[in-house]
Amino acid sequence: MFSYKKVALLAAGALICVGVAAGSAQAKKDTIKVGVLHSLSGTMAISEVTLKDTVLMMIDDLNSNGGLLGREVEAVVVDPASDWPLFAEKARELVEQKKVDVVFGCWTSVSRKSVLPVFEELNGLLFYPVQYEGEESSRNVFYTGAAPNQQAIPAVEYLMGEEGGSAERWVLLGTDYVYPRTTNKILRAFLRKKGVKQSDIMEEYTPFGHSDWQTIVSRVKKFASEGKRTAVVSTINGDANVPFYKELANQGISAEDIPVIAFSVGEEELSGIDTSNLVGHLASWNYFMSVDSPENEAFIKDWQKFIKNDKRVTNDPMEAHYIGFKMWAQAVRQAGSTDVDAVRQAMYGQEVRSPSGYDVVMNTNHHLSKPVMIGEITSDGQFDIVWQTDETIKADAWSPFIPESAKLTADWSYPWVCGNCVKPKFN
Amino acid sequence: MRHFYNYFSRPASVFLLLLAMAAPLQAAPSEAVSFETAAAGLASSSYSDRMEAIKTLGALGDPRAPGLLGSMLESRLYRRVSDDRLVDARREGSAYLLSDPSTGESLGEAGSRDIRKIMVNNSLRGAIRAVLSRMDLFSEDLERRRAAVEAATGYPSNEMAGSLVQALANEDDADLKAAMEIALATSRLLSTDAATRLAGLETLSETTSSEVRSMVSRLTETDADGEFYEPDPRVRGVAAGIMANMETRMRMLENVGKLYQGLSLGSVLLIAAVGLAITFGVMGVINMAHGEMIMLGAYSTFVVQELFRDYLPADLFYLYLPVAVPVAFLVTGLVGIALERGIIRFLYGRPLETLLATWGVSLVLQQAVRTVFGAPNRAVENPFWMTGGFELAGVVTLTWNRLVVIAFALAVLAALGLLLRYTALGLQMRAVTQNREMASAMGIKTGRVDYLTFGLGSAIAGVAGVALSQIGNVSPNLGQSYIIDSFMVVVFGGVGSLWGTLTGAMSLGVINKFLEPVAGAVLGKILVLVFIIIFIQRRPRGLFAMSGRAAED
Repeated sequence: MFSYKKVALLAAGALICVGVAAGSAQAKKDTIKVGVLHSLSGTMAISEVTLKDTVLMMIDDLNSNGGLLGREVEAVVVDPASDWPLFAEKARELVEQKKVDVVFGCWTSVSRKSVLPVFEELNGLLFYPVQYEGEESSRNVFYTGAAPNQQAIPAVEYLMGEEGGSAERWVLLGTDYVYPRTTNKILRAFLRKKGVKQSDIMEEYTPFGHSDWQTIVSRVKKFASEGKRTAVVSTINGDANVPFYKELANQGISAEDIPVIAFSVGEEELSGIDTSNLVGHLASWNYFMSVDSPENEAFIKDWQKFIKNDKRVTNDPMEAHYIGFKMWAQAVRQAGSTDVDAVRQAMYGQEVRSPSGYDVVMNTNHHLSKPVMIGEITSDGQFDIVWQTDETIKADAWSPFIPESAKLTADWSYPWVCGNCVKPKFN
Repeated sequence: MRHFYNYFSRPASVFLLLLAMAAPLQAAPSEAVSFETAAAGLASSSYSDRMEAIKTLGALGDPRAPGLLGSMLESRLYRRVSDDRLVDARREGSAYLLSDPSTGESLGEAGSRDIRKIMVNNSLRGAIRAVLSRMDLFSEDLERRRAAVEAATGYPSNEMAGSLVQALANEDDADLKAAMEIALATSRLLSTDAATRLAGLETLSETTSSEVRSMVSRLTETDADGEFYEPDPRVRGVAAGIMANMETRMRMLENVGKLYQGLSLGSVLLIAAVGLAITFGVMGVINMAHGEMIMLGAYSTFVVQELFRDYLPADLFYLYLPVAVPVAFLVTGLVGIALERGIIRFLYGRPLETLLATWGVSLVLQQAVRTVFGAPNRAVENPFWMTGGFELAGVVTLTWNRLVVIAFALAVLAALGLLLRYTALGLQMRAVTQNREMASAMGIKTGRVDYLTFGLGSAIAGVAGVALSQIGNVSPNLGQSYIIDSFMVVVFGGVGSLWGTLTGAMSLGVINKFLEPVAGAVLGKILVLVFIIIFIQRRPRGLFAMSGRAAED
């Protein structure tokens, strides 16, 4: 027994020594540190692990091309474990103790809201890659996912048009939290403006992980049989989607009768569902894996090579990280420094040829100009792009359809220098 | 697009472009649009051109059209870049096998760069289906005609009405004739003549299918500007009367539907909770890893499915599910036994420590599965006999997967009841839970009974995982979504009583489903929880309280 303990102690000691040595070797003064703040365990791991891997791939790629400013780039990965307060703690750990130069992270809006005060207090820099409800512009965050006017509004416009089936009645289905509620508030205001009656809009929320969709699906069916072409706008998030789509298919709702357009379902989510009965249901994103562009071909090839699995798919938030990372690297080169204030100034106007095949640009409201694409689910779990914008669309941080937000401007350049101002600060 | 704008910026090009556009415009109005011209329109990049081409193909009635449109419907129609020919392409590895869509004649292979997909969306698919069903109305094959009529109700139009009148004259089958009348009546609602619309409504007054309901109620609706879709107030009045009639008939069926949905939700709760009724109910172990046993069962199903897909012929694939049941039973049973022998047996009589330890185990299992299988969801396919469902009068859909789960849950419960009642193991289990010392004094190896009981509870949870993989998603978090519900059912039903578990699960399911339409899903769930809290305060031992000595400690 005693000898066991000794051996164990020795082994532990040795491990610590190795760890310290490795740590100090890595912590060479001249590496640039990139924090990765994505849940690797808990409910959100399902989506966020992929994003962690995407950042690691980008870092690998950068290093094999000589690093940045002649220095090597090093990833600092932490696991906030799908726990919102822990996100704030880990963010503080990254910025304050690990002294990272930039952080790529967060998925849910609630996790972003939780880390926001930390980044603002410590003047850190966060790249947030997921489509979200808008109504925010922080000096310390660059939002590389879509705002509602780059996803929700075009999606609804498409379905309203002849091409999308001239929908006149709307079911707004969502999981009960901030993103669906805010998006639906914007959509309702937009639909009302287009002349849709209050009685032609049905809004319904479910708890996280809702698995029994029988009642809601049959209500949707009934609502749709009341005389007008009906479409469903789904902001259902995460795990609840699989039972929802299974119920849709089994109750025989085809996309030609009642199309369902989703804002949180991409290639990765579909890989968990048998899609043969879902053909034609839609999703609206800024990127699909099926985009035909040389950048995308390379992106997919690199990803599958990095993850050593040629079945793995790419999706929109991954593309957002790709754009964000490239832009950050360009901005650092341009600024000649990783200093947050210098990089922020250099970020404005950065342009990247993205896998979507368009040149996307970072605006002074900290949001991107991106293309909008609408895809229909195919039987092999991919999307056929049935519609896309000719040009990129600039994100509205504040929705013009919510009266109190319409007055606000987000512009971090002179003379505004503000995320939510009614008039310029310096004039 | 940018190139396009550049064209416009040069006056000469604009002129050329106009000339080019003028040529087909002159040809278009004449009836002499050939099949080839119309077919070429399918490859246009403009949505309205493609729609026009589909309609023209439908009007031409060329025998080559069904093959072409059928191929487009399945998203298999491509344009060959080299000669602009429309081909049917099927993916075979990294290449595509080409054939002629109309004749099926093989055209060799091509790479993904040699062909361009003809994009088809929901609206175009709808138009194609309408055209194809109009053509199929005159098919020789009765089944095809039947399918065509069924589809025709969903695509009413004046052309459809014309085709249906013709088809009716040729039809001999009485059932089909009746279905055609209904389909014809829906198309007649679109007529410009009010009398025809009224005649259509007469025919439809007895039907409740959702397509018909939709068409009739449209006549009573107003559009965005507040104008009625139906100009004639007489027709509106008749339509409103029919709608009111339908409502009353549907209300009864809707309640049947809610009851079914409640039983279905109840059976899901039941199957998830039965295992816990053993480990928690019978043994008194607060087993927080119960959900993870369900999850392991679901992953066993996934593994069996993958093995079937890789090693057995495709026509045996539908059998994977019955095979997955014993596999999941064994796998989770063994994990359960290991868990009991390794951890839980040291913690008997210390509920708090058990709770913490099993919770820790649940986290370990989750992360282990996440490491082995990856974080994203895994797709478990429903075998064909579990997809779809059947409709009752267009109001309630009973889905096969849920029907199977109801039957399966009841079967598992019955098997367990029999096992406890009639086998030696069952007898020993009951003896040990009632009085451990006495049972031990009678020569029962209580340790062995303990691990077998825990193993059985876990194994049943694993079997539940097989069933639940057919309804929900298979992810490392699967168990978490069922653990709370399971405890709720067992506590509500009465700890230690299988009848209690059954009644508890079913009544919670039904209550939930009758509350949900009124209160919404979120509030409905809260109300159910509040109800249980109040109930437990009144009857702390649940619905079916155990009586006698066992209940006293």
